[in-house]
Amino acid sequence: MKILNCPLNGPRNISEFTYGGEFHSMPDPDSSTAREWAEHVFFHDNNAGVVIEWWCHTPSSYWFLAERNTITDELLRTFPASEAAGGMVQGDDQ
Amino acid sequence: MPFGLLKYGLKKRYPGKHQFTPATELKKHYDVVIIGAGGHGTGIAYYLAKYHGITNVAILEKSYLGSGNTARNTAVIRSNYLTEEGVTFYRESVKMFQSLSNEFDYNIMMENRGQLTLAHSDAAIRSFRWRAEVNQHLGVRSELVDRQTIRELVPSLQMSEDVRYPILAGLWHADGATARHDAVAWGYARGACSRGVELHQLTEVEDIEVTEGRVTAVRTNRGRVSCGIVVQAVAGASSIVARMAGIKLPIHSYPLQAMVTQPYKPLLNPHVSSPQVHAYIHQTSRGEFVIGGGSDPYPLYNTRATLDQRESLASAVQELFPFLSQARLMRQWAGTTDMTPDYSPIMGLSPVQNYYLDAGWGTWGFKATPICGKTMAELVATGSPPDIIKPFELERFYRFEQINEAGATAASH
Ligand SMILES: Cc1cc2nc3c(=O)[nH]c(=O)nc-3n(C[C@H](O)[C@H](O)[C@H](O)COP(=O)(O)OP(=O)(O)OC[C@H]3O[C@@H](n4cnc5c(N)ncnc54)[C@H](O)[C@@H]3O)c2cc1C
Repeated sequence: MKILNCPLNGPRNISEFTYGGEFHSMPDPDSSTAREWAEHVFFHDNNAGVVIEWWCHTPSSYWFLAERNTITDELLRTFPASEAAGGMVQGDDQ
Repeated sequence: MPFGLLKYGLKKRYPGKHQFTPATELKKHYDVVIIGAGGHGTGIAYYLAKYHGITNVAILEKSYLGSGNTARNTAVIRSNYLTEEGVTFYRESVKMFQSLSNEFDYNIMMENRGQLTLAHSDAAIRSFRWRAEVNQHLGVRSELVDRQTIRELVPSLQMSEDVRYPILAGLWHADGATARHDAVAWGYARGACSRGVELHQLTEVEDIEVTEGRVTAVRTNRGRVSCGIVVQAVAGASSIVARMAGIKLPIHSYPLQAMVTQPYKPLLNPHVSSPQVHAYIHQTSRGEFVIGGGSDPYPLYNTRATLDQRESLASAVQELFPFLSQARLMRQWAGTTDMTPDYSPIMGLSPVQNYYLDAGWGTWGFKATPICGKTMAELVATGSPPDIIKPFELERFYRFEQINEAGATAASH
């Protein structure tokens, strides 16, 4: 079993976590077109290499970010969403 | 044929027949370049040569013929999907499979042993009833069956009501089948190469040149090749190759694992799958039990096998077939599967004019090999997608017109 280091709960078995998709900034809902929304919702970079993505600690519903290598299957780093550069809502860990 | 066999039998020497021509020099130009020599890439080449007389074609394969998911799948062929588009499409493929051995003069070991999907909840029964209705309406043999019929179809199945998920009913699909997956790619490759197509193994496409919305050439580890039309059929690598042409896809690449036991005497005739316990199983004609289930929990470009998945599959199939607790596993493996949000493939035109997509085959694309090859070849030859694949174009995601086969795919493949 792989261990994932949750920023809130510490090291836990990876079976306690749910993968939540690639980390992207959201297009502005008021000004974006339907095409842009479709792309945001359905399309992915699906990169081979180091990526940043959302994970959730399922029992505590805590969402955070992880840096992972999608070729070697290594978890490199985990951190609260508030630390993301140019990230989502500032100071909001959820 | 019997005389030919007799003559062959009486010969002193048995000269092997070459499967296909060895790779030659890569030419500077091909009318059509197909990226990926799995069942899909070789199938397209075969039908291009056979039906459209287009033979200045190169299939470029970074590894060896059929080394991708074509060699890794559990070979389930079926058409009992949920949507009209899906059922119609897969139905044609199941039909085509029936005559492939004759067409190739090469045995693909087609076995029509049917598929049984198990319902362990009322919700599952409702969705099976829905699928059976759609299937029958479209001419596919598919019906809801009760516990007694299940007992008769699969006497070795654990039917106790004293288990975690008792079996309540089933969806019986008499058209369900399996075939030897490698033989399908080999048959297509041989048929294509004997008509003039070139198969270049150890030839990796590293970049794609696009000028004013048209592909002009591909760059490979063996040099640059200019081309009239390019088709990508690279399964798990779909996003990576499409990006070379500047195209973004609604795909995530997830590992899918499977495993196989040592051989036993014939015990299990149909293919049995349970979306509830996330496992499916059939016994091959060699006697091995092939066991598969759901995808890995997160995307990865890696074909490692995990203990987690082995434990999960083992406990699930033991619940269905307790005698398997004594079975020994021989192998466990994975393939990188190109998963789409609606569990349907992406076939057809792309934002680049002369660049066509054969992607998004996830955990379900082996069964589609013949019909996809045939219809994609027609697209390449005529420039317009045949009606049967039109709904599967990439543009559907921009129109929010997904073809939802998630429920009909779960742990069934
Ligand atoms: C464990 C498992 C079980 C499955 N079970 C079933 C099942 O029971 N039924 C079913 O219908 N489907 C099943 N599938 C899915 C099925 O295997 C695939 O959808 C199907 O084989 C895809 O065929 P393909 O020819 O498109 O791809 P592949 O066979 O993967 O061929 C793609 C080829 O492209 C090559 N390639 C990649 N990048 C490049 C490049 N840059 N340049 C040149 N070549 C490149 C690869 O080396 C590969 O050989 C399963 C898959 C797995 C992994």
